[in-house]
Amino acid sequence: MDNSSVKGISKVIAASSVGTMIEWYDFYIFGMLAKTISIQFFPEGNATAALLSTLAIFAAGFIVRPFGALVFGRLGDLIGRKYTFLLTLVLMGGSTFLIGLIPSYKAIGIAAPLLVLLLRLVQGLALGGEYGGAATYVAEHAPASRRGYYTSWIQTTATLGLFVALGIIMLVKLNMTDEQFNAEWGGWRYPFWISILLVGVSVYIRLRMKESPMFSKLKKEGKTSVNPLKESFRRKSNFKMVLLALFGAVMGQGVIWYTGQFYAQNFLETKALLDFEQSRTILLWAIAFATPFFVLFGWLSDRIGRKWIMLLGMLLGIITYRPIFNTFLEDTNIIEWKKENHTVSGEHTKQQRINGKKDFLSIKTVNYKLDNGAAYTEVFTDSVFVNGNETLVHTGKSQPAQKDKHLSSAIYWKFVGLVFLLILYVTMVYGPIAAFLVEIFPTKIRYTSMSLPYHIGNGVFGGLVPFIGLLLTTTYPSDPLVGLWYPIGIAALCLIIGTVYLSNKIDEQVGD
Amino acid sequence: MISIKKILGIVWLLLGPAVIYILVSGAVANIDPAGKKDINNPVIWIIIIAIFTPIAIGLSIFGWYAFKGEYDRVPTSSLDLSNGKS
Repeated sequence: MDNSSVKGISKVIAASSVGTMIEWYDFYIFGMLAKTISIQFFPEGNATAALLSTLAIFAAGFIVRPFGALVFGRLGDLIGRKYTFLLTLVLMGGSTFLIGLIPSYKAIGIAAPLLVLLLRLVQGLALGGEYGGAATYVAEHAPASRRGYYTSWIQTTATLGLFVALGIIMLVKLNMTDEQFNAEWGGWRYPFWISILLVGVSVYIRLRMKESPMFSKLKKEGKTSVNPLKESFRRKSNFKMVLLALFGAVMGQGVIWYTGQFYAQNFLETKALLDFEQSRTILLWAIAFATPFFVLFGWLSDRIGRKWIMLLGMLLGIITYRPIFNTFLEDTNIIEWKKENHTVSGEHTKQQRINGKKDFLSIKTVNYKLDNGAAYTEVFTDSVFVNGNETLVHTGKSQPAQKDKHLSSAIYWKFVGLVFLLILYVTMVYGPIAAFLVEIFPTKIRYTSMSLPYHIGNGVFGGLVPFIGLLLTTTYPSDPLVGLWYPIGIAALCLIIGTVYLSNKIDEQVGD
Repeated sequence: MISIKKILGIVWLLLGPAVIYILVSGAVANIDPAGKKDINNPVIWIIIIAIFTPIAIGLSIFGWYAFKGEYDRVPTSSLDLSNGKS
């Protein structure tokens, strides 16, 4: 490639990647701020609000994303890639900004959660249409020998979007008190407002780009599809490849991706009980170290093929998930921590009235510090009843609950290394997959055909990791790692199907 | 390899209805209007069963195609698909 071509493709990659990263950022901040959003818009005790909350969380990811893949995939194959993924970007950015402007439930009642649900569904729809467009657009500009490398830049966006979302939320939160952050018009709204600036810049860049050369050629020759949905899913030769892409690659990629990026953070926070800052900075460091590997594995896939890199990522996940997550539990085991030398670094007690009566809860918080730099907090709760003679009757302190564990430096970096490994598997399955999907479908129905399996694999199979995890934990409570059997099982199924049925040959000619 | 593809096809064909059965049993066992966890919530189960049923049917169709030999030769080029081959 000459210098002008390299510059041209760099612009294409930058325009596509920045927009896709912003879409992921928009989608993630809602999930990361779910607790605050719930307090502001979905108050407890209101059945309608609870139903709307469930729909906002589950329907946006599971139903609307694949539906968005169909709607915008079809549009992208009919009118072109450029304007379709420009539209998804505007829809995503606009709805994110508007979520940040909705008054709380206290101010406008049930209209607040209804508006949030509506805008969240638009977000899911837009996300369903964005990825296929960006991946197709870059792939159709890339030379055959570097398709894996160039599309891998698009693959970094899902992780970088998480990085930016985590970073901005942390930056805002660390610069104000919890009360200021969680107030009705408080800091939690800033990440939503920031989105409009990011989207504005990205729309400006994308507007200056040209349509994909392969699609333009098809359009000039009058060979674009008349009915992309019918050609994608009702023509057997194409439909069987949609099924193979889903069950032999994307399904496993989805669970590996979700487990590495989201389940791990949730596990560190809710099972290992790490404090807010460490549970997030561990992920931030791991993402920062692992992100270049998306590009490395994309590049490698141009040389040795896509199939075995993706399947190796799944195999490593299957083999090492349980030992890695078990280490998280063992290294934060409070019984072991208590055997170390430790001192009380702080202590305070507060009283909380029970239902406005004289009785109260006495809540004692004790902070401990270990010699190795680790720290943790224990909370003792005692119900105190005031009898007729105004004497206090204690029911006895409860078993202490631990929280806000702070790791020693050595264990902290060990955890960064382990989460890095989890994300490294993500880079193996995710780095080459855009090129893989682009190459198995023809240009005229590519956007539609690749978007649906991608969003079923990631949105449905990946998105269900926490729910199925909870289901398994509830059914088999004695094993704290039982939730991992879902991603392990799906990845194993996908590994078998991929090994037996997928081809490792790279399709040089995608302009068909 | 071709016979392995076909034999496994039967497994995928049967796995589809098995997944639907497992989900419906899970829903029946866990839905509880008095419960507060996500897994007690009927709306979530309805969404999941509604979205997973077509996927499970897709898995069975995949198995049927594999059993019938549709994947004996996997297309290595999208040109094959646009020409309607294989």
